[in-house]
Amino acid sequence: MRPFEYGNPSTVKQAISLLGSDWEQAAVLAGGTDLISLMKDYIDTPKRVVNIKSISALRGASEVNGGLRLGATTTFEDLFENPAPLRDFPSLRAAIDGIYSAQMRSMGTVGGDLLQRPRCWYYRNGFGLLALDSKGQSLVPHGDNRYHAIFGNAGPAYFVSPSSLAPPLVALGATLRIQGPKGERELPVAELFRIPRHTGEREHTIQPKEILTEILLPASARRLRNATYEVRERHFMDWPLATASVALRMEGRRVRQARVVLGQVAPIPWRAEGAERELAGKTLDEAVATRAGEAATVGAHPLSKNGYKVQLVRVAVKRALLAAIA
Amino acid sequence: MAEIKWPSAANRGLIGKSISRIDGPWKSSGRAKYTYDQGPAGMLYAKLVTSPYAHAKVTAIDTSRAERLPGVRAIHIFTAVGKEVNWEGHEVVGVAADTEELAEDAARLIRVEYDPQPYLVADTDAQHAGPGRFREMSPRKTGDPEQALQQADVTSEGTYGQPVITHCCHEAHGSVAEWKGDELYVWISTQNVSGLSNEYASALNIPATNVHVDCQVMGGGFGSKFAADSWGVAAAAMARKAGRPVKLMLDREVELLSAGCRPSLHAKIRVGAKRDGTLIAWDSESWGTAGMSGGGVPQLPYIIQVPNSGHRHTSIFTNIGPARAWRAPNHPQMCFLTMAALDDLAAKLNMDSLDFFLKNVGLTGERAGVYKQQMLMAADMIGWKQKWHSRGDKTPGHIKRGLGLSFHTWAGGGHMGYCRTTIHPDGSVEVATGSQDLGTGTRTVIGIVAAETLGLPLDAVRVEIGNNKYPPDGASGGSTTVGGVSSSTRTSATTALNELFAKAAPSLGTTADKLEAVGGQIRVIGDPSKSIPWKKACAKLGTTPIVAMGQRNFSLISSGVGGVQMAEVAVDIDTGIVRMEKMVAVQDCGLIIDMKTAMSQVYGACIMGTCYALYEEKIMDQQTGTCLNPNMEFYKLSGLDDIGDITVHMMTEDSYQDRGVIGLGEPPVISPGAAISNAVANAIGVRVPELPITPDRVLAALGKGGLV
Ligand SMILES: Cc1cc2nc3c(=O)[nH]c(=O)nc-3n(C[C@H](O)[C@H](O)[C@H](O)COP(=O)(O)OP(=O)(O)OC[C@H]3O[C@@H](n4cnc5c(N)ncnc54)[C@H](O)[C@@H]3O)c2cc1C
Repeated sequence: MRPFEYGNPSTVKQAISLLGSDWEQAAVLAGGTDLISLMKDYIDTPKRVVNIKSISALRGASEVNGGLRLGATTTFEDLFENPAPLRDFPSLRAAIDGIYSAQMRSMGTVGGDLLQRPRCWYYRNGFGLLALDSKGQSLVPHGDNRYHAIFGNAGPAYFVSPSSLAPPLVALGATLRIQGPKGERELPVAELFRIPRHTGEREHTIQPKEILTEILLPASARRLRNATYEVRERHFMDWPLATASVALRMEGRRVRQARVVLGQVAPIPWRAEGAERELAGKTLDEAVATRAGEAATVGAHPLSKNGYKVQLVRVAVKRALLAAIA
Repeated sequence: MAEIKWPSAANRGLIGKSISRIDGPWKSSGRAKYTYDQGPAGMLYAKLVTSPYAHAKVTAIDTSRAERLPGVRAIHIFTAVGKEVNWEGHEVVGVAADTEELAEDAARLIRVEYDPQPYLVADTDAQHAGPGRFREMSPRKTGDPEQALQQADVTSEGTYGQPVITHCCHEAHGSVAEWKGDELYVWISTQNVSGLSNEYASALNIPATNVHVDCQVMGGGFGSKFAADSWGVAAAAMARKAGRPVKLMLDREVELLSAGCRPSLHAKIRVGAKRDGTLIAWDSESWGTAGMSGGGVPQLPYIIQVPNSGHRHTSIFTNIGPARAWRAPNHPQMCFLTMAALDDLAAKLNMDSLDFFLKNVGLTGERAGVYKQQMLMAADMIGWKQKWHSRGDKTPGHIKRGLGLSFHTWAGGGHMGYCRTTIHPDGSVEVATGSQDLGTGTRTVIGIVAAETLGLPLDAVRVEIGNNKYPPDGASGGSTTVGGVSSSTRTSATTALNELFAKAAPSLGTTADKLEAVGGQIRVIGDPSKSIPWKKACAKLGTTPIVAMGQRNFSLISSGVGGVQMAEVAVDIDTGIVRMEKMVAVQDCGLIIDMKTAMSQVYGACIMGTCYALYEEKIMDQQTGTCLNPNMEFYKLSGLDDIGDITVHMMTEDSYQDRGVIGLGEPPVISPGAAISNAVANAIGVRVPELPITPDRVLAALGKGGLV
């Protein structure tokens, strides 16, 4: 690991003052389950590491204005042990339950989950986030892309967004509070993510001097029927191959409005708008769920080895929808 | 006089019982020290600089910056300038420093320049490999396979395969080396405690007598830990240079890249049978890679001698990493190819697979009766007749279940080795042999045999193994350890006991040949009232203990076992995800010393087999020549919840046990891939031709036919 300075502030303000103007200057350390691995492998080499776990205000789940506030350093274990705050959000609970390793649960945080870096094996093996060869061509399309993106993959980014929490949070219309030197801003979770267009760009819109402080779910989200279905090859220590989170505004058995968000299939949490349109106004049953699953695959561009993910999307969407109304 | 043979079934006190490992509490409480845990005073840590290229010539090495770093104590060149590296991860330079972190920093300061050379990491086909990259082995032929295929009523043709996988020992390769003057002391994770001195001696130019090897406990080897290896020698060389002990353990990445591959094997197979299921024709064309070495020549078909059969094999030379023996070398691959091809033929014949294999069991030769008995037992245990259906589970819903079977053989005699039994005048007993316990229960087995022989409780015997100061024992390969150590222990303990009988006989008014040792007593055979307690008998030794040697004894061991496994799987045909729900393993291994550790071997093998059936693959990238998954994230293994129910049955009838002891480490890992693959085919109605059976492959196979 490259030697680094260690900051252990007790307030967000102090923490921000310790951060730098680019990613090389400083990195935020939450549970460290991702950051430390990246540092050990010299993929991230910050000169300073700023621990935010000593900032007590950042941890915990509470009800605020009828909605739910999750502090950024709330651990999976906090929520797993005391799932009461998640009672109206089975989609979120399913995502948390899916993170299976005891170590990950006790150290990993919800903020860190959203901001964890992609698992693309070219990236993790040192070929860069966009996996470009010496000629500036991505290695992914002609390489082994079995776990890569089928949507939003016009290039040069082909990795998938790894966060399990992002799809349910986007589907539920959650927002984030982010603090920086100029104060606080709030943005929809979906806007935390972007598809990088060049090597200088990260897949998150958060800036080097900013800290994610809170995840907020509005009171209105409690009325949404919601569910997540994860396609997992193994129970053990793994990310899903594909997931779908759905949040439905219902009128009796009829869907008034639907949000369908896919995970692990695009560089960002992927809104399946085709599926959402398919569902609007329909009485949700197996046939409609199947059609929505089909609609969710429209626009997929599988690479040489990940065509199977199209089918996984079909199934995940259908199963998430049926779970939401079960 | 006690004879050197195994006690009859009625007279076994410990042998064959289910006995917990004598080192279990020691291990589970963390007191057992593995190589990784050793830390002699002043120890340095070593790290490696390895090749990022699949194939290159080293053109320059500059270690000056590392050497200037305070705390760096020794450098070792593995691959000198002008020499070649042949895979990503190939060791080039080693550096030892005061701390692990420092060693890592120093390794990064070492500049190695390479002249990259052409490489190949794909084993997909021999023609594609290009000149010099493949070798055709001499073909084999019995009868006339082409004609037989034409005469067959039903034929089946398919291409099957499995990729290169690795050993994934829990404990990585490595050692700690310390010099005391000219004497070298090494703690090393090894399958070959007694056999390493020469390797060290010749590499380091010292007499073998000066090499002291220790390995009390280890986290598995599976065939990959027979040698000191370049990195073992390097640890010793750097320790000598630095004048301080050096620890060099491979990290997980280098472990996966460099510490051993199991060769891949693919084959195009055509088989044919008569309408009634009688197998008459086999023809196969196989290829695979064992890295840059040719590897063993696989023999197809496996076990079953088809009257007309032909086989050709091509070895492909790749830069995928070095091949090493992997638990039952070649057998799992040959078994999978054979059983899959034959199961597909059974399906074309519209036959129940069990009936098909029973019908042809005669073609297996001498073990036909064993297999038949085991197949019927396994079928009973898994409920084959109740659950079996023809290809494709027709019940509604997306979860489809299926059954599959496979069977295997392995030799597993006993390796050469010596054991020394010491009976002390105070009654305490030590048995010592320079063997090793890979985690299989060897230490416990030795204790059981000695205690049984001497009529003592297990805890009255002290077992000393894992050090080359003890009488030498062979390497643990080929499932030969239990045969080697149980027979040498039985022989030495019996010899020692007979000496004790001679000392005790006069006080019992008899002669040594009339005595037996039972329940902590030395007593007259047929007259238990005439006895003296063990301790009293030993007191007659005066001040000199009895020391008796024994060596591997062919009258106590045998070779050649059979096993049958059946698997039940559940496949989600919408996602392609396969769950191993249940496995039944029926296994013969001759005389069973410890039922518990024997069964543990089979459980472990079923788990290891499930891993390679469903998850494992060393994934290579031809664009960069690198391995994409040298980590435990993408090199996938099962977790506990991914393992279904496993039921093990060991054959214990006299006809099996009377053969003496036979090894067990390898045979049960041979069949799981085939059994699981056959079960998947039975569930979904179509063969997934490659292992591991991943969701993408299941969906692809379903796309070509089967249920959807
Ligand atoms: C075997 C294994 C299996 C896993 N399976 C899953 C899975 O199924 N689904 C899933 O979603 N994840 C999975 N994970 C990933 C795991 O959930 C993440 O590593 C974890 O959530 C990251 O949280 P952390 O607090 O440790 O983050 P850290 O490692 O501390 O940080 C991660 C990144 O986010 C930044 N960061 C963290 N918090 C903040 C903040 N508040 N403000 C600004 N920047 C911040 C850090 O600088 C860093 O770049 C798995 C991990 C492993 C090792």
